[in-house]
Amino acid sequence: MKEIIKKIDHINFGLMSPENIRKNSVIKIVTPDTYDEDGYPIENGLMDPHLGVIDPSLKCKTCGSKGGECLGHFGSIDLARPVVHVGFADNIYKILRSVCNECGRVLLTDTEIENFKYEILMAMDNEESINEIIKRVQDAAKKDKCPHCEEKQSDIKIDKPTSINDGDYRLTASEIRDRLERITDEDALVLGVNPKVARPEWMVLTVLPVPPVTVRPSITLETGERSEDDLTHKLVDILRINQRLSENMEAGAPQLIVEDLWELLQYHVTTYFDNEASGVPPARHRSGRPLKTLAQRLKGKEGRFRSNLSGKRVNFSARTVISPDPNISINEVGVPEMIATEVTVPVHVNDWNIEELKKYILNGPEVHPGANYVIRSDDRKIRVYDDTKDSIIENIEPGWVVERHLKDGDIVLFNRQPSLHRMSMMAHEVKVLPYKTFRLNLCVCPPYNADFDGDEMNMHVFQTDESRAEAKSLMRVQEHILSPRFGGPIIGAIHDHISGAYLLTRNGSTFTEEQAFQIIRKAKLPIPKRKNPNDNPELGTNWTGKELFSLLLPEKLNLEYKGEICKNCQVCKERDCEFDSYVVIEDGELKYGALDEKAYGSFSGKILDKIVKDYGSDTAKEFLDRSTNMAISGIMKVGITTSTNDEEIPQEAQDRIQAHLDDAEENVDRHVKAYEEGELEALPGRSLEETLEMKIMQVLGEARDKSGEIAESYFAMETNHSVVMAKTGARASMLNLTQITACVGQQSVRGGRISRGYIERTLPHFRKNELGAKARGFVHSSYKSGLDPVEFFFHAMGGREGLVDTAIRTAQSGYMQRRLVNALQDLKVTENGLVQDNKGNVIQTMFGEDGVDPAKSDHGKAADLDKIIKEMRIKK
Amino acid sequence: MVKNEEIQKLIDKVSKLAKKKGVEFPESYILDIVDAYNRHDLTDKELETLVIRVKKAYEQSKVEAGEAVGTVAAQSVGEPGTQMTMRTFHFAGVNELNVTLGLPRLIEIVDARKTIKTPTMAIYFEEDKKNDDEFVKKLANQIGKSTVNDILEVDGFKINYAEMKVEATIDAKKVEDKKLDYEKIKEAIKKSFKKAKFNPDNDYNFYIEPKEVNIRELRLDADKVRDLQISGLKGIGKVIIRKEEDQYILHTEGSNLEKILKIDGVDKEKTSTNHIHEIEEVLGIEAARNAIINEILRTLSEQGLTVDIRHIMLVADMMTSQGTVRSIGRHGISGKKSSVLARAAFEETGRHLLNASIRGEVEHLTGIIENIIIGQPIPLGTGSVDIMMKPNKRKGGR
Repeated sequence: MKEIIKKIDHINFGLMSPENIRKNSVIKIVTPDTYDEDGYPIENGLMDPHLGVIDPSLKCKTCGSKGGECLGHFGSIDLARPVVHVGFADNIYKILRSVCNECGRVLLTDTEIENFKYEILMAMDNEESINEIIKRVQDAAKKDKCPHCEEKQSDIKIDKPTSINDGDYRLTASEIRDRLERITDEDALVLGVNPKVARPEWMVLTVLPVPPVTVRPSITLETGERSEDDLTHKLVDILRINQRLSENMEAGAPQLIVEDLWELLQYHVTTYFDNEASGVPPARHRSGRPLKTLAQRLKGKEGRFRSNLSGKRVNFSARTVISPDPNISINEVGVPEMIATEVTVPVHVNDWNIEELKKYILNGPEVHPGANYVIRSDDRKIRVYDDTKDSIIENIEPGWVVERHLKDGDIVLFNRQPSLHRMSMMAHEVKVLPYKTFRLNLCVCPPYNADFDGDEMNMHVFQTDESRAEAKSLMRVQEHILSPRFGGPIIGAIHDHISGAYLLTRNGSTFTEEQAFQIIRKAKLPIPKRKNPNDNPELGTNWTGKELFSLLLPEKLNLEYKGEICKNCQVCKERDCEFDSYVVIEDGELKYGALDEKAYGSFSGKILDKIVKDYGSDTAKEFLDRSTNMAISGIMKVGITTSTNDEEIPQEAQDRIQAHLDDAEENVDRHVKAYEEGELEALPGRSLEETLEMKIMQVLGEARDKSGEIAESYFAMETNHSVVMAKTGARASMLNLTQITACVGQQSVRGGRISRGYIERTLPHFRKNELGAKARGFVHSSYKSGLDPVEFFFHAMGGREGLVDTAIRTAQSGYMQRRLVNALQDLKVTENGLVQDNKGNVIQTMFGEDGVDPAKSDHGKAADLDKIIKEMRIKK
Repeated sequence: MVKNEEIQKLIDKVSKLAKKKGVEFPESYILDIVDAYNRHDLTDKELETLVIRVKKAYEQSKVEAGEAVGTVAAQSVGEPGTQMTMRTFHFAGVNELNVTLGLPRLIEIVDARKTIKTPTMAIYFEEDKKNDDEFVKKLANQIGKSTVNDILEVDGFKINYAEMKVEATIDAKKVEDKKLDYEKIKEAIKKSFKKAKFNPDNDYNFYIEPKEVNIRELRLDADKVRDLQISGLKGIGKVIIRKEEDQYILHTEGSNLEKILKIDGVDKEKTSTNHIHEIEEVLGIEAARNAIINEILRTLSEQGLTVDIRHIMLVADMMTSQGTVRSIGRHGISGKKSSVLARAAFEETGRHLLNASIRGEVEHLTGIIENIIIGQPIPLGTGSVDIMMKPNKRKGGR
């Protein structure tokens, strides 16, 4: 029988009273030892079996259940002398400061108490923080004279971490406790201690609860040696000192010795709670490692809260290296057979699938479409072995569950860290493949931000039908083609898909019928009947690339846009563009323009964007699968190749570049000279030096650009594949190419020219205070011609800054994102369109002022009016 | 005016049409439609179909109930952070001014810092003053920080070691140029240097003797004299005059919105600062909200990143929803959450748990992390719906 799932409604927080601790304690711990010589736990020791057991062969002496079932029970230690709880030391100090030393009343007049009490109760009713009110109470209660008994007040100071001084006299914990005891319940509330759950004096401990052994299990090392948990060590310390203290007190030892021991007890209890409290040397393990005590267990990234409660470990997950596979669909993931046989899907046996499941069981855990476990109707889990197979198959009946291997078509969750946005976790369909890496389509690299230089990814298998259904409708790859960040496609073609599409569809690209059919086949399209076969008699039976690509476009698709290769001419010739960059699609036919990144690339693909928005995500998925395949087979027919020859320019061009750079250098020298002779005029609001730097930077920047332009003029897009890649947006940029060919340009550190290194100069190769181009990190050479040693060094300086920058940035932006998510995560849209947080506060009356979901919008607008009007008019 | 009336008429027409079709468009939509109507010269029939089409698109693109808009907004603002440069200072728009940009600026905005690294203002002028050369220059000098050093004569500053005094001569022309009042300068000098003596023959020449006669003191005094501020508004440093298209704009280093807005001739609508707390103090919380949106948007778009404005609005609204600008983080929104577990899971775990115990706080488990912590479905998205059972119905029914 499954237990009823209970829902937790609320959790009350409160302080434990000494009585409460004693009541919850099953045994009083007295002996500081854990085990005797035979390895049995000592009675009344820290490992007393009353506290629960870990070893499954033993029985708990309190509840009688076996180890593993017993959750453990608390014990207690009676402290010989009271001790301040570190966590509350500051609270105690603030309370004592606000309270009369004599009568124990709060240093406020009755009306003040009444007012503050009212405020606090109001705030508590509204679940607001009362910290601010308490702070005001503490400020108001700084009085020299008690308003109740007229007693003069002495100054109370805290001596971190736990001692409190009254004037020059150091209060003992007992005295602190006595003072706290005198506070009435009503005053306690005003001082921030809710009398319903806590009393001020409970912040000074007289009894210490001892956590059950399950909280601090001891581990047995391979050598047979037992190693105790840090908490146990600390408790042993406490017990030892406690024992000595009570012995000394009984024997009537001198006050000094008792006080010393008392302080030592205070130290151990302090470090037991918090081993990082300021002002206390941390308690250390024998090896010198600081102990991990209670506060450290909860705190921080590796603490209980963030590591075990907010994040939980899971089963049915897998992780391995990823590699690309252009032949699977974007919503598929290639799963290695090894993983597929390890992670399983639970299937409920019924009359319709029993035969199939029997087959899986017969295959066993080793052979691929097999099964690893079966769960009987009585919830017993049985592993499928060769010897148990037959009996399982014989007995299996509806009501059982078979944990079968992952097979093609299963839905799994796929994830790459860091999971910065929701597209970092998407649901894919499984495709079981040989070898040992996860395979994914290249189009989904941008949302995961994945590449294949050794990246690893995680896969999770859903275990319930509900989760599978939810994933299928919300998390599948095609549902995430549009990014909610800007309402455009984030999944799309990259690299070769783009240069491929360009080579395929640019003017003059034709294919023989046989080639065309191969391409069509590769795109998994049926061989079509040709539209208007005799439009262009020159073509004969040949196909143009534009014709081929049109086969992918949905009918009735109309679109016009300027491509990535557009040169932004002053007057756009539109359809007559000589660069083939004005794309016109009419009725699902690519009429003009060559396709590039703007067509179906990730982040900017216009055609893709239009298809997702008008035809739905499934059509878009098909389009992406087919178009990328077509582009790749197109690129294979045309051929693409690149080498440093692509960055070759004739001698004449090199001379021109050289001349230009020389000019620039002269120009720089002129500026420097003007500066040195005091003829340079400062720009408004700038010093002379800054003005000079800015002018030089400008001259050198222009020089680099100009030399780049010269080089560029020798690059032809028709024949040079490097240029094709750069201009279509497939990879690299023209800047990269000109840096290879012409001139690398100015290197910078901290946003300016390089200026640090030796005294008053960058390198000993230069004169002191030299300000010329070369002395401050201008690289004249091109990557191809090679950098000279000085240039190389400056280049490395700039490069190193970039690396450091990236490292720092990831840490900073990660923390910012964590804070943002933490602050905003409770917001949701309610049924009536409000944005509310979990307390019901309305943050917005309408999300984003118009209630439009950015993921469903067209780049931020619900509707593009111009587009609609254009369409309306075309229809008529 | 006539044009405005026409537009108003059109607005009414479109709103009426929309109402007839059974939708209520946000104002911006109606304005967009009116704009498109004018641009494309639509006929009435076309307008009607347009309204129908927009209605369809609008209804299709609405947010669904239960959508985790907060998380999506946080991710959308946070994710581009990884792509931003760390280059703190760069010349934004104005070549002469350094402004914090990129990730550091974004963090500064979300942190709602009280003092920002590079406060700056853009001061615009009213219609009749925006081309007034004289006026703009005068104002620039009035508000901009000037020191004695700025008005010294060439070679007009000497440290006289023999007589142990600092001698300075002020250039009257420079004072004139800067449109400053020399009497006031004199007063300022006298106020901070009790021992300043003006030359009876030449009013523009004065000398100062240090309190103690030693060289160190003398040199310190020399620096002090030079750096003595003789004019300008509190908080404002350099001022740069820029001519943009048909008007003058003042860009300042440092910011003092309150005082600047009180100056006659300053355009109170366009003039702005990048200091959000100042805007909150002077113009109120709604203005602060808009400032946050604008600043985030500007920082992001300057880096070439596109983020939907709705996400930024949500961040800004969350920061300002309690009437004051609260930071995102432990001292602001996250630290003031009502849930103990949510606060403990974020930062300062121990402190929150200990305080919760003496305050007797109650955890109602309404938020996201709380429910994750105790292992229950979260109240968002598909988790925000429940099945309701009426156990008594059966009894009554049968």
